[in-house]
Amino acid sequence: MAAPILRCARPGRCWSLDYRPRRSRALFAEPVPGRVRGQSSAAAQEPRPGAHEWAAVVGLEIHAQISSNSKLFSGSQVTFLAPPNSLVSFFDASLPGTLPVLNRRCVEAAVMTGLALNCTVNKKSLFDRKHYFYADLPAGYQITQQRLPIAVNGSLTYSLGVGAQWSPSATKTVRIKQIQLEQDSGKSLHDDTRSQTLIDLNRAEGQLRVDANVSVHHPGEPLGVRTEVKNLNSIRFLAKAIDYEIQRQIEELQNGGKILNETRAFDEKLGCTVSMRDKEGKQDYRFMPEPNLPPLILYDAESLPVAADPQQVVNIDWIRERLPELPSVTRGRLVEQYGILPEHSFVLLNEDGLLEFFQTVMKETRAEPKKVIGWILTIFLGYLKQRNLAVSESPLSPSSLAELLNLLDSKVISLPAAKQVFEELWQNQGKTPGQIIREKKLELLQNQEELEEICQAVLAKHPQQVMAVKNGNQKVVNKLIGIVRRATGGRADPGRIKQILEKQLQ
Amino acid sequence: MLGLSLREVSAALKQGQVSPMELCQKCLSLIKETKFLNAYITVAEEKALKQAEESEKRYEKGQALGVLDGIPVAVKDNFSTAGIETTCASSMLKGYIPPYNATVVQKLLDQGAVLLGKTNLDEFAMGSGSTDGIFGPVRNPWSYSKQYREKRKQSHHRADEDSNWLITGGSSGGSAAAVSAFTCFAALGSDTGGSTRNPAALCGLVGLKPTYGLVSRYGLIPLVNSMDVPGILTRCVDDAAIVLGVLAGHDPKDSTTTQDPVGPFILPILRDVSKLCIGIPKEYNVPELSSEMQAFWSKAADLFASKGAKVVEVSLPHTSYSIVCYHVLCTAEVASNMARFDGLEYGHRCNVNVSTEAMYAATRREGFNDVVRGRILSGNFFLLRENYDDYFVKAQKVRRLIANDFVKVFNSGVDVLLTPTTLSDAVPYLEFIKEDNRTRSAQDDIFTQSVNMAGLPAVNVPMALSSQGLPVGLQLIGRAFSDQQLLTVAKWFEEQVQFPVIQLQELVDNCPTFSQHEKLGLVSLKR
Repeated sequence: MAAPILRCARPGRCWSLDYRPRRSRALFAEPVPGRVRGQSSAAAQEPRPGAHEWAAVVGLEIHAQISSNSKLFSGSQVTFLAPPNSLVSFFDASLPGTLPVLNRRCVEAAVMTGLALNCTVNKKSLFDRKHYFYADLPAGYQITQQRLPIAVNGSLTYSLGVGAQWSPSATKTVRIKQIQLEQDSGKSLHDDTRSQTLIDLNRAEGQLRVDANVSVHHPGEPLGVRTEVKNLNSIRFLAKAIDYEIQRQIEELQNGGKILNETRAFDEKLGCTVSMRDKEGKQDYRFMPEPNLPPLILYDAESLPVAADPQQVVNIDWIRERLPELPSVTRGRLVEQYGILPEHSFVLLNEDGLLEFFQTVMKETRAEPKKVIGWILTIFLGYLKQRNLAVSESPLSPSSLAELLNLLDSKVISLPAAKQVFEELWQNQGKTPGQIIREKKLELLQNQEELEEICQAVLAKHPQQVMAVKNGNQKVVNKLIGIVRRATGGRADPGRIKQILEKQLQ
Repeated sequence: MLGLSLREVSAALKQGQVSPMELCQKCLSLIKETKFLNAYITVAEEKALKQAEESEKRYEKGQALGVLDGIPVAVKDNFSTAGIETTCASSMLKGYIPPYNATVVQKLLDQGAVLLGKTNLDEFAMGSGSTDGIFGPVRNPWSYSKQYREKRKQSHHRADEDSNWLITGGSSGGSAAAVSAFTCFAALGSDTGGSTRNPAALCGLVGLKPTYGLVSRYGLIPLVNSMDVPGILTRCVDDAAIVLGVLAGHDPKDSTTTQDPVGPFILPILRDVSKLCIGIPKEYNVPELSSEMQAFWSKAADLFASKGAKVVEVSLPHTSYSIVCYHVLCTAEVASNMARFDGLEYGHRCNVNVSTEAMYAATRREGFNDVVRGRILSGNFFLLRENYDDYFVKAQKVRRLIANDFVKVFNSGVDVLLTPTTLSDAVPYLEFIKEDNRTRSAQDDIFTQSVNMAGLPAVNVPMALSSQGLPVGLQLIGRAFSDQQLLTVAKWFEEQVQFPVIQLQELVDNCPTFSQHEKLGLVSLKR
């Protein structure tokens, strides 16, 4: 029932990133100077430059669930989609007299996250109680790390891209203010028809929840009043909510209005944010040290006590050694090893399983990396997206694609034929590209005499086009190539046809 | 039989002089006869008899679990007991039956102890008289003792007037009364600012507050987590050591318990005190201390000195800030700990269903008494963002100074501190309630509460009877985790002073289940 939280920050503003039940929380703040995303871009292009230009500052509090077998402060299990309230210990239910016990696995996950995000990992961190009354918070407080969190001052570099358009120059760095371990609250299920709220104390709700803090100001002037859009549970809604909120604040201010420091919710259906008005606002959480948890002490190779029981201590250096290759390193390696574009390396890593797919294909094919990446990113990924499939659900194996690319590379088939085989492979699982090519007779015509005869016949049938070419209109050659290809059922290599035609037309 | 020490009764059980069932039934009868003391909130008769029956089978097979097998004990009603209502003497938890045992309760049961029931207290242990719970005040058994009655006759009071009954002190008054009236052999209390030592002093018992972190708090419904410890009430020091031996040690469910090995808590007989250094904190000589109490304190110091111990005056300069500092820290944690009582999941819920917020408000107004509500309000005030640094942070700093005072004194060579436990002997209920709970708590915890801030072990040892014929106890304070050494000194002191046994003639006369033989046994007990 807890997770780390991540907080990121940029100039001026700091919020923290939050992990929740078994949850860590991280906080980012990302100013978008002078530039407002998507629909808000109009506002950034006010006729008079300077004075009426707007800049937005965005801070994110990201609640991410730690992948662990049991909750942050109790021994009860964490299982996705478990029946409501089936994984609730006495502590989770906040029965009087129960005490929190910190889950070592969650601490390790938070340390690893901190290291991956270039944070300073605090050797000593503290737990605090954050108080508020809410039905899904049975203790009346949440255990978090307000004063001295487990990791601070990190950064994450990312590339900016909208859809498939990646610009290699748009590399940005977001600052991370802190990563903190935080207990998850329960889950409220509102039954509007019966005016009831049902509470699920399993608490392993979503894997990701983001609160976005947004403000706008004129560059060079003090930062504006911020609002907090809470409980965004997808990247898409997060982007929409931020865009909407920036636009709303700009319009409000331009109309002489004021921005209130308030909590807002994102209406997914209407695509707008609305004031929550109820509890939050300027609530005082009355933070207090959690007296039942001693300070969390982490060690490194140097400070590790000699006689320490490895089960009782967390060693930062040990975790650092086990840190998997970070995405930025992987991307650099891909660019260097295969000579692919940096933006392509982002796509390979952002899609779950795509990198492994690509690497398997590369191992089994002679085709050039650039060709392979083209096939994977445009054709293969396109098919997956169209059908809303994950890479792991693809009916096409990397070996099949490798074989297909090999056949294409050795000119056994033409590019259009290869695309046809690809389509067939998608439909008919279990067949190899070779089988499909044989069944559908898709091999390229390799016999020079046969090809020359076909070309000759085409030229004989199209005297007008032949005249045009002879009169200097070279474009018509392409038309003739097309006619020849149709005549071969697409089984002729266009380059070779061109050679033959040019020879015959001389 | 009921007045025996743990070791004696354990031997009697082993030798078959008494069976666990007989022992349990005797205790249950006495509980009924002394119901007017209001020591128990819940008597778990059926469960106790079943436990006694099982114990009896074990003895028959020669497979007794431990030194406590078959021995009746009682537990303060702020420890969770599986299947037995646990109320904290509050409307808020009336009817609440926990599904689990507190670690200390489980440890007693694992030793074969027979749990007779749950004892009375101030609501959520907030008080120093055991007068402020919803089940009414606890009466001090000494009110009915021969010693007290005779003194009252001498001073021309009407000995039989019932309105003169005395308080037990608190907040573990129910446990103190239960042990003092021989209804059980040992009882658990809790001690946050003196709640075990204070009633022990007023009821003539040994009351041990172990070092913070030595005994698990898991299942103890908290008052102030950073100061609470389970306390032990017994009729002699050896008994307290035996129970401590059962309870002490790391609990994976309580992260604040020590990971180091603890015990054993077997007490050697101290023959030579010449190597002991006893500290007498001068700041404890407050004007409110009764002259009689002060005289006993001096006498105790002289006793140590006369037997060769070094007795030195020491200074704990921040003592006077202890009360106000405690007030801030205690109420802040109370405000936080009481937040879970919202009427949703367990305990009391009001009938208001306009909104969740209205339900919370009405439930908490109905469920808590004025004392609890007052502390919640104060605590929330101290925790407000604008007040936090001025109150909470400052109080934490003062707490550190108070703790350092003790460290300095112990580092200077002092082994044990000797202080009064209470300002005076027990006062009549009607006298006690003239002041409000807050004033009384502030006064009565004066000698005991700074020990909780420092997390040190301390024990009340009964010394003598006052001019009124009532118990007077002194407090011994040791350095952290020196519980065994502290109890060894306490045992020496106990041996020296020979505190008289309570003579409960009136109680016994009114108790038809007692045979003449037992009456004699009861009143002629050595201790």
